[in-house]
Amino acid sequence: MTPSSKPTSNPSVWPGDPHNHAALRRWRRFVIWLLLILGASTMILPFLWMVSSSLKDQLSVFMYPPQWLPDPPHFENYIDVFVVKPFHLYVRNTLYIVLMNEIAILWAASFCAYGFSRLEFWGRRFWFSVVIGTMMLPSVILIVPTFVLFSRLGWIDTYLPFIVPAFFGGGAFNIFLLTQFFRTLPQELADAARIDGCGELSIYARIILPLAKPALATVAVFTFLNAWNDFIGPLLYLSTNEKYTVAMGLALFRGALLQTRWDLLMAAAVIMTVPVLILFFFAQRYFIEGVVMTGLKE
Amino acid sequence: MPINPGWRTRLLPHTNRARRNLMGYLFIAPFLLGFLLWFLLPTATAIWMAFQDWNMMTPPRFIFLENFASLLRDELFWQSLKVTFVYTLFSVPLTMLLAFAVALLMNTKVRGIHFFRTLYYLPVVVPAVAGSILWAWILNTEFGFLNILLRAVGLPKVRWLVDPNLALFSLILVSLWGLGSTMVIYLAGLQGVPDVYYEAADIDGAGRWHKLRHITIPLMSPVIFFTLVMGIIGSFQVFTAGYLITGGGPDNATLFYVLHIYRTGFKNFHMGEAAALSWVLFVIIVALVAIIFKYIGGSVHYGGRES
Repeated sequence: MTPSSKPTSNPSVWPGDPHNHAALRRWRRFVIWLLLILGASTMILPFLWMVSSSLKDQLSVFMYPPQWLPDPPHFENYIDVFVVKPFHLYVRNTLYIVLMNEIAILWAASFCAYGFSRLEFWGRRFWFSVVIGTMMLPSVILIVPTFVLFSRLGWIDTYLPFIVPAFFGGGAFNIFLLTQFFRTLPQELADAARIDGCGELSIYARIILPLAKPALATVAVFTFLNAWNDFIGPLLYLSTNEKYTVAMGLALFRGALLQTRWDLLMAAAVIMTVPVLILFFFAQRYFIEGVVMTGLKE
Repeated sequence: MPINPGWRTRLLPHTNRARRNLMGYLFIAPFLLGFLLWFLLPTATAIWMAFQDWNMMTPPRFIFLENFASLLRDELFWQSLKVTFVYTLFSVPLTMLLAFAVALLMNTKVRGIHFFRTLYYLPVVVPAVAGSILWAWILNTEFGFLNILLRAVGLPKVRWLVDPNLALFSLILVSLWGLGSTMVIYLAGLQGVPDVYYEAADIDGAGRWHKLRHITIPLMSPVIFFTLVMGIIGSFQVFTAGYLITGGGPDNATLFYVLHIYRTGFKNFHMGEAAALSWVLFVIIVALVAIIFKYIGGSVHYGGRES
């Protein structure tokens, strides 16, 4: 306990008594830790509720008081989801879009970033400011004219709206991120290769890309996340049930079930969330780096 | 060598520069083409569309500013504007404030910081669709988890999503679930503040509040400013939560602006009016960002950190 010899009214800034100080610090740490736990529980409880609800049956989701651990757990919900809606098709479709996006974006964004970071050419600063400008641009304002454009091209109800644009630059955010990373790579290696008669293309492919694996991983992770989570795109462009993505299937699932089968809805939501969480746990470093990189570099 | 040296100095740098330019444009060609095809072309289309009466089936009819005039007369336009402004006004500052508080708590070298950071960031990666459906269930009036908690402590049911006066507030609450991305940015910023500043302040006998007010916040101001601008731009584009959790209702209480664009264009097929709505949104966002730069940008403190 704190000693009674407290000479000032504000003990936290009074450095004279080491015993008092240490006790206070320990107490402060405990309060901070408690607050963090409280906040973290608020963040995590919705997940637990989602999993818990997904293991109940049609009626026990409505029971009060609720059971956190359903007895018996209805694992068959996870099979029923696939029976009610062709979620296996949705997963396959989404993975196809994800894969094509990975190829397109990893190539296009790194290719452009090489130009912006490693080559001197007329107008480079101007075009890079255009990249940053489009990064800040609110993308939804173009959904209406883009829809008209894609429908003129006959792309409605195909995957082309999700794939083809990605080959054209791979997104301003990704170009920006990779350009920043490429700039940090040592110039000497490329110079040496140039003296040996290496062209820019092979310097890009053989020297820069292998060195840029961490940054490419960040881009790959965000590409997966964006393609897997995208909802407004499929909502606008896909109209055949068999072509839907997981996001689209889940959204329609909600309308079809008329909010009565929360158990199945939650099971489907878990199915959509789990791949993202697995990716997050394995590639957490890249997530955090990507977020921090956009926030801290001007 | 038979070639005189003057040839090299006069011509080679020139051709070299041309070749360098060519290489540069070859590498950024994908971006340039994309900029032309998926930015300039839609922008031009949107300008054209805004002046047309067009449902994409019958031929468009030039009506000049009639689309803008009719949206100004439209009650739903004003409603969606109000909803989006109120949402932004609360969601963005609350997210920033809470994220900053959590980041400060975490930056005290508390045990298990990585673990906490993971837990707070986790909701950010959850797909918007899955998250929306989950929250619709949690905020359900009869059987939702939040009302179960209230009942457990003896409080009455709250009609989170059904009461028109509460629905928007509920969605603001849901948006706070995603404060992890802002928190991670703040945490990285806080960790970049050099210890020497705090040590110097300690010698001067500065208290905790003083250090926060005169060291941490000024040094963090570029980061705070960045999250404010990006937060506003993002919050004006909210769609999925309104579409899936409340469907814009009840009584249009959560009719977000983009949801209104979506309905105007893709449900009612007033493509011209939807394009006009998009332009108005663009002007509003640009104006807001300009105002923020003018009035808040001046107090941002640059140059404190070496990077």
